[in-house]
Amino acid sequence: MAEVILKVENLKKYYELSRGLLSFKKPDVVKAVDGVSFDLHEGEIIGLVGETGCGKTTTGRVVVKLENPTAGSVIFKGQDITKLEGDALREFRRSVQMIFQDPFESLNPRFTIFKTLIEPLIVNGIGETYEERVDLAVKALEEAGLKPGEEYLDRYPHEISGGQRQRVAIARALIINPKFIVADEPVSMLDVSIRAGVLNLMLDLKEKYNLPIIFITHDIAVARYMSDRILVMYLGKVVEEGPTESIIFDPLHPYTRALLSAVPVPDPERKHERIPIKGDIPSPINLPPGCRFASRCVYFQKGVCDVKDPELREIKKGHFVACHFVEKILSGEIKATREEKTKHES
Amino acid sequence: MVLLSVQDLTIHYKVSSGWVKAVENASIDLDSGETLGLVGESGSGKTTLAYAITQLLPKNAYVKGGRIFFQGKDLLKISLKEDGTLDIFNEEIRKIRWKEISMIFQAALNAFNPVYTVGDQIVEAIMAHKDIEYEQARKEVEKLYEFIGIPKDRIDNYPHEYSGGMKQRAMIAMALALRPKLVLADEPTTALDVITQDRILLEIQKLQKETGISMILITHDVSVVAEISNKVAVMYAGKIVEKGGTVEVFKHYAHPYTEGLMASFPTIVGEKRRLASIPGSPPDLVNPPKGCRFHPRCPYAKDICMEQEPPMIEISPGHFTACHFAKELYGGK
Repeated sequence: MAEVILKVENLKKYYELSRGLLSFKKPDVVKAVDGVSFDLHEGEIIGLVGETGCGKTTTGRVVVKLENPTAGSVIFKGQDITKLEGDALREFRRSVQMIFQDPFESLNPRFTIFKTLIEPLIVNGIGETYEERVDLAVKALEEAGLKPGEEYLDRYPHEISGGQRQRVAIARALIINPKFIVADEPVSMLDVSIRAGVLNLMLDLKEKYNLPIIFITHDIAVARYMSDRILVMYLGKVVEEGPTESIIFDPLHPYTRALLSAVPVPDPERKHERIPIKGDIPSPINLPPGCRFASRCVYFQKGVCDVKDPELREIKKGHFVACHFVEKILSGEIKATREEKTKHES
Repeated sequence: MVLLSVQDLTIHYKVSSGWVKAVENASIDLDSGETLGLVGESGSGKTTLAYAITQLLPKNAYVKGGRIFFQGKDLLKISLKEDGTLDIFNEEIRKIRWKEISMIFQAALNAFNPVYTVGDQIVEAIMAHKDIEYEQARKEVEKLYEFIGIPKDRIDNYPHEYSGGMKQRAMIAMALALRPKLVLADEPTTALDVITQDRILLEIQKLQKETGISMILITHDVSVVAEISNKVAVMYAGKIVEKGGTVEVFKHYAHPYTEGLMASFPTIVGEKRRLASIPGSPPDLVNPPKGCRFHPRCPYAKDICMEQEPPMIEISPGHFTACHFAKELYGGK
């Protein structure tokens, strides 16, 4: 297998909610990320998938060191980046770039495209002369599909369309030759007809430079299109992980199966069978022990699921599932509780 | 029975740089119990077209032509002022709005007033249109809650105590409170998670089966249309470019824009194929392109497309397409 670029081990990020000055109780804790581990390989796109509040964005932010974790490590080039400081940290910042959801917010409205692109070069001391930097900026724009690049240099973000803005954000990420990229919902603000172009651009760049990408999205269809591997997250934990097509066509965890069965498909004649799931996502504050998914699982087994937190286990080659009873559920030995099978409740 | 018939509706917005030609010659028909999916990207005019039906348009909107028949009554005749703007406070229209035609807004998260309980806001909506007592209205709210699947003890909660999905459900309850004939749903599930979206869509389908109301679903998401609409109209740059039965249009689209839209949508079924993006971006509607508005982005464009606006032709029974080469595209698949 390809070389490991980034090794995330048992990553945790807890947020304490303040209870006011005079409270002596222990503060409430939100475990936004709670023990996430994965490897990112050379030339690979990992899709981090999940619903609101599952911790996918927090994971991305910790991995690029926009936030420090509560525990765990992120190993990049033999170093734990969570402990980096000074020059070593600056060196790391050069190696990683992030692409955000809203290209209007992530680009400075007072900067021309030229200034937006030239700044990372100056900060990181890339390029000897002014001319050289202009060349790099033009090259990066053209790489991102904005041709001819010269024509965009003097424009401001408001003068170009949303799709073009996201391409500028990609050009800005590429210009310092990062070793990997974290993209957080990069197309969810874009119009449908523009989306495909930006997704294809990222796929092409990955091919051309063997550039690893952590692709964070709530849209499973987009994750399928982009990723080599998919990690499904639920309330701070990875519940299932595996090769993309294996996850899409043979989901094993009760949550993944319910999630996939709820995805609408642009085919009006398709028969749509739902895998049942109970209720809504519970509040992430002070979660009870046991499996995070227990409160919504129709296969819940008292005495096990509410006691022990399931570990990720390899069920098929490269396909991991965190469920105590996945084999028995698949074989039919454990059946779904009846009432939820017929009725979706809120 | 024809419930709604919009004929050749044209709406322009007055802005400092001229007129935004937001909707041009749009016609749609809707029978009782039908759901029409109005699909398009931002700026395609889908929202303007739908909001024109309830006549909730901004002040700078001018109706330049067309008629809107609802249950046989021409709504524009009632409210259209001489200068082309709409009298949004017209008494007769106000009676129709919400009672006959209600709406489910996209931002359900913000559609409720945070300082009143959700239940009281629905009660208020009922009492504003119906001559009944508080107690009676309250009973109706209880029935509605049962119908949409929110426990009754949540009626007296404030909006912030509801989850996103519950707020959207409550919004649906409010839209249904007066048993309207037509509901306009503006991206009703866009802000929601997949599982919640799926449940709301199921809920909407169930409701329709039981009550026979008609719906116009405004959305950018073709898969949501496939899920719940029996009719679809695709809009591009202010024009309806293709319309017909959902299955027919999805299987045998004959307009290059519809084709592009379908090809740019990733899905979780079938083989993985490379997505095709539509080059360029939608035009500025102050100065839309001459001829077919899609020609600058169209892979099949020929000279005629730059000169002449394509007429709407019936390519198969009930399936209409506005493209000079619709016949070739239709047969080519």
